[in-house]
Amino acid sequence: MNTMIKPKHQRLVLIVLALVALIGAGLLAAYALSKQAAYFYLPSELVAKPPEAGRAVRLGGMVEKGSIKTQADGVTINFIVKDDKARVPVRFSGITPDLFVEGSGVVAEGRMEGTTFVADNLLAKHDEKYVPREMKNMTSAEAKAVIAETK
Amino acid sequence: MHGLANPARFLRMARWLMPLMLVPGLILAFGAVAWGLFMVPPDRLMGQTVRILFIHVPSAWLGMAGWSTIAIASLVELVWRHPLAGIAARAAAVPGAAFTAICLATGSIWARPTWGTWWVWDGRLTSFLILLFLYFGYIALAGAAQRDAAAGEGASRVTAIFGLVGAVNIPIINRSVVWWNSLHQPPSITAGKSSIDAAFLYPLLFAALGFTLIFGGLVLARMRMLLADIQTEARLRRKAMA
Repeated sequence: MNTMIKPKHQRLVLIVLALVALIGAGLLAAYALSKQAAYFYLPSELVAKPPEAGRAVRLGGMVEKGSIKTQADGVTINFIVKDDKARVPVRFSGITPDLFVEGSGVVAEGRMEGTTFVADNLLAKHDEKYVPREMKNMTSAEAKAVIAETK
Repeated sequence: MHGLANPARFLRMARWLMPLMLVPGLILAFGAVAWGLFMVPPDRLMGQTVRILFIHVPSAWLGMAGWSTIAIASLVELVWRHPLAGIAARAAAVPGAAFTAICLATGSIWARPTWGTWWVWDGRLTSFLILLFLYFGYIALAGAAQRDAAAGEGASRVTAIFGLVGAVNIPIINRSVVWWNSLHQPPSITAGKSSIDAAFLYPLLFAALGFTLIFGGLVLARMRMLLADIQTEARLRRKAMA
């Protein structure tokens, strides 16, 4: 009689089944969290479903090029945070992080007041690109030529 | 693989393999970090803080690779009852935890000037902190199981199961910046594509290779230590009985 399953294989099957169940549970949990675990709202989400006035939320998006305007008091700035669908005007008073520049990512913590988002705090969001300073103004073809020269 | 199941044969091999990994690893890691610290140009936005990349990214990789090692070794221990697998899993825990802590610390130091904050509770940072706590739990459990060795195999099996269950966190860390809006940037290196300029990428890859060799050497060293511990204890027990 050799129809008995070897204990080794029985253990393997049991553990693989347990792991599949576990990973399935993990994926389900992550999927259920997909909205709650987001660190910030995108401008289009904020416009489509505005949170009640005064509730502390975070808004994350790109700072529109040419939109940063410093007010007469010198510390208050107005700018526009956008994604590909919506734009939200933001007001902030205080010191901005070094990486807060136009065309770059930002996460603002604050609340909606009317149609303006009033931020208490700004966090700069870095993108996944790492480029040396000398090459930032070059087109990709120029940059490639420079890299080829230095090789 | 079963050829290595013999601890005596493994020890003979580990004796020369350990320096063979540690020495080139240290040279490569020091060289690549020095390259990153002194020779690469500053980044267009981050400036000089980009240099922390060459320690942060290899540490992050090894923090996750460490738990992957624990999970695979735990599976081998549970299914095939390989005598060295459990020791390999235990040996990977402390170096893995150390690299995880280095990754969290360097990331926090980098975040202050770059993002404007030391810490945020976004998906990537939170799941990586959980990884560190999982390591602490694993190390405590493995220590308790070793003291309990007289009680039989059960305690060691609990440790292995914990190692397998904790592996669920690894894909979550990896996907956290894709699934959820996060302050941490999305992955820069994905399946053969890289948005890191060559000036940063090459020292980074060398640093990752060097750190990995160091990690491998440390795991071998700790496996030798754990085996020596077991031998000493067995010898003491025999003496006590005699």
